[in-house]
Amino acid sequence: MNSAVVKVLVVLLLIGGLVGGLVLFLAAHPVAVLDPRGLIASEQRNLIVVTTLLMLLIVVPVFGMTFGIAWKYRAGNTKARYTPDWDHSRVAETLWWGIPSVIIVILAVITWKSSHDLDPFKPLISPNKPVTIQVVALPWKWLFIYPDQNIATVNYVQFPENTPIHFVITADAPMNSFWIPQLGGQIYAMPGMSTQLHLMASEVGSYAGSSANLSGAGFANMRFEAKATTQVAFDDWVAATKKSPLHLGATDYNQLAQPSKRDDVAYYGIASNELYDSIIMKYMLPADGTKHEHGAMQGMRAQ
Amino acid sequence: MNLFGRLTLDAVQHDAIQTFGQLSVVMGGLTVVALLFYSKRWKWLWREWLTSLDPKKIGVMYIVVAFVMLLRGVMDAAMMRTQQALAAGDAQGILSSEHFQQVFSAHGTIMIFFVAMGLMFGLINLIVPLQIGARDVAFPFLNSVSFWLFAVGMGLVNLSLVVGEFAAAGWLAYPPLSGLEYSPGVGVDYWIWSLQIAGVGSLLAGINFLVTILKMRAPGMTLMKMPLFTWSVLCSMILVVFAFPILTGTLGMLSLDRLMGMHFFTSDFGGNAMMYINLIWAWGHPEVYILILPAFGIFSEVVATFSSKRLFGYVSMVWALGAITFLSFIVWLHHFFTMGAGANVNAFFGIMTMVIAIPTGVKIFNWLFTMYRGRIRFTTPMLWFLGFVVTFTIGGMAGVLMSVPAIDFQVHNSLFLVAHFHSMVVGGVLFGFFAGITYWFPKIFGFKLHEKLGIYAFWCWIVGFLAAFMPLYILGLMGATRRLDHYDASLGWQWLFIVAGVGVAIILLGIGFQILQMIVSVLQRHKNRDRTGDPWGGRTLEWATSSPPPEYNFAITAQVHDRDAFWAAKQAPLAVAKPVYHDIAVPRNTAMGMYIAGATFVIGFALIWHIWWLAALGLASMLLLIVVRLSAENTERIITTDELAALEAGADKSGRTT
Repeated sequence: MNSAVVKVLVVLLLIGGLVGGLVLFLAAHPVAVLDPRGLIASEQRNLIVVTTLLMLLIVVPVFGMTFGIAWKYRAGNTKARYTPDWDHSRVAETLWWGIPSVIIVILAVITWKSSHDLDPFKPLISPNKPVTIQVVALPWKWLFIYPDQNIATVNYVQFPENTPIHFVITADAPMNSFWIPQLGGQIYAMPGMSTQLHLMASEVGSYAGSSANLSGAGFANMRFEAKATTQVAFDDWVAATKKSPLHLGATDYNQLAQPSKRDDVAYYGIASNELYDSIIMKYMLPADGTKHEHGAMQGMRAQ
Repeated sequence: MNLFGRLTLDAVQHDAIQTFGQLSVVMGGLTVVALLFYSKRWKWLWREWLTSLDPKKIGVMYIVVAFVMLLRGVMDAAMMRTQQALAAGDAQGILSSEHFQQVFSAHGTIMIFFVAMGLMFGLINLIVPLQIGARDVAFPFLNSVSFWLFAVGMGLVNLSLVVGEFAAAGWLAYPPLSGLEYSPGVGVDYWIWSLQIAGVGSLLAGINFLVTILKMRAPGMTLMKMPLFTWSVLCSMILVVFAFPILTGTLGMLSLDRLMGMHFFTSDFGGNAMMYINLIWAWGHPEVYILILPAFGIFSEVVATFSSKRLFGYVSMVWALGAITFLSFIVWLHHFFTMGAGANVNAFFGIMTMVIAIPTGVKIFNWLFTMYRGRIRFTTPMLWFLGFVVTFTIGGMAGVLMSVPAIDFQVHNSLFLVAHFHSMVVGGVLFGFFAGITYWFPKIFGFKLHEKLGIYAFWCWIVGFLAAFMPLYILGLMGATRRLDHYDASLGWQWLFIVAGVGVAIILLGIGFQILQMIVSVLQRHKNRDRTGDPWGGRTLEWATSSPPPEYNFAITAQVHDRDAFWAAKQAPLAVAKPVYHDIAVPRNTAMGMYIAGATFVIGFALIWHIWWLAALGLASMLLLIVVRLSAENTERIITTDELAALEAGADKSGRTT
């Protein structure tokens, strides 16, 4: 066998091995975004597939042409046609301004429609009554407050399946991003601001959630479990949580809001109804006396 | 009041790995100093390089600094990959969270500001004046100031390794994390002042080259006869002039928040962090086009030269550049679709973003059709181009995916995003600049780079790149967010992180080959010398002069009649008349640029450490130095007609040597 054939074989074997390894790996490990368990995440997955296919219409020919042309017109191939001064073709250039433009127009329509349909602030339509959950990103844990049930949890959130969940999100910390990939896309959690995210789990299960935006030293620990259960199991869980001896008042909250790494799950039997609003209002008022004045004082003292 | 502000001896106390970084900076510096003493090169360095106003010298200095910073940036990358390959489950890896966060913040800052920008301004300095047939830039002294401001920024970033710490708030330092409340230390201040100073340098350089291209082209070179690289630089410099003032203002406001306790970006007293995020990306998005456009320009030159064919679709190419330049200013919001703007706003910015794919695609098709019916020589620059088509197309696909807001919600701030922008910045910008450096190296130094080692380097880079970043696309879709210093073992991410780590090791090998290539090429320089001035069969004016070009670039200013001016001249050589020379004025060397920048270093350092008297002193000396320079007379030297004739006769006989 000549060495060129051996080289090609080695490369093919290598590529085959890599693809095989990848397939085995992916079979053993679910790819969250492509393995949706919620209404929004499914729509988003479908969008990814459609968009990718549309782009492949251009990308596959580009790859083919790149290597085809490079091979055919290599300097060694003196039989190939050589036209050193040919530098313009109206037809060809119209084609490659035109065809991609058509694809982008199609994609633009899809984008416009999907941006409105899948707007995170837009309520979902369902016969089941939505559950509202207030989410507060703290350094470095997630606080979930259930205003209608008057309970609260840390680093764990539970809700019924096939029910629209209305997350209302803020932060009492640097900016974070609230993300449960298998249920749907993320939204920022910002201090002094309230964002919204509407999700709905299509089946019972436990899904991983995390913060997608750097928020300081313990940020990697901001993981939580999002559990979708049946309505009955959810009601039972609420009842059980209400019996928790922990209560979330102003003092307890201030303690919870202190920076800490690797927090365990916690359940609060009673949570104040005004807590969420007060967390936001804290950032609206000019200086709550101590914390924010501190910055100014430091600057002044240094001078 | 403390005489040294916040600066105490604690600032130099570090843990083991940080001490290693500290020592490498100090030892690296000492080694350079020792080598200079040993080889008695101080005077040479001072006269020939540090005080030179010759853009070809300044360009080389930019590239040297950028390459040193590339080494540091890649070491940061290697540390991150090692950390993430190890730190699954209970394993803590090699770095603490705080240190890991400093490392990725430094990596991004260094790679964009001090590697990509440095290589870009280096190549622009080297080639743009030559390519437009000019003898110099419009403002030679300003050019020196720009370089030294860039060097000062680089100095501050490296000083943070030795004294104090670096920012841990990411490369764009979003408040409130980067505010006084959450980052009270000096790290963010180092970040602010190194970027502020280097950024002003970039702005000045942008103005300089904008004017140079608009005002100093050889007679006959109309805008539509300019080489594509010059076009791409013109577009890039327009972006610099519009975008960098935004950066200066934004950093200025952030530093007022931090120094004076103001509230531009904190939520109380009516400030708003979202304003910062908008502003920083209003600069940051054009910034990536500032970097990629010159790379596009380089590929246009490389593909045409090595296909021995005119560039296909020149007019399309110029319009595509123009379209990208315009669009790059109205897409910044796609960096934060997840901030919760309404569907109309998100959809508008998403669609504007995907529209950029059209002119970019047109460029790729035009390059392919430049190759079509050409005679393609697969030199290293051409390999970089082919590698670029692969990585950039993959990255571009990911980019269009993310421009759909509803999709972006699922991949934003994930490793998918990290893989995307590395496909663009490594596969696009860096590959482009490597192609440019290899292509123009013989022009600047008079000898070619070792071809074989260059090819080895290319293969390591492309294989390493694919191994390092393809796993990140998958990890992103698996839900892995960026900037994690550890993760649960149960997520099953570790193997992909290990593959990515191997990829970085292969890239390191590629860099090893590049260093070896440089050494071997210098040792074999006599063998690979270019005596013709035109080693590749070039098409544009830079190949019309000797390699390396004389200080004044061209003894006689060229008259341009055609797009590929030099190619046309080679096809139909005019009758050679006896050359008629005129006096040429060249700028005298001066160290004032370095001194002025030195004063900004003092200001930056003093403000970082709150040493107010020193900041005032630095500011006063800077202003004084500027006044002194502005009052200077006799800043130019005349090369008379006779001297010129003698120089040119000598050059013809022996070929110029370095």
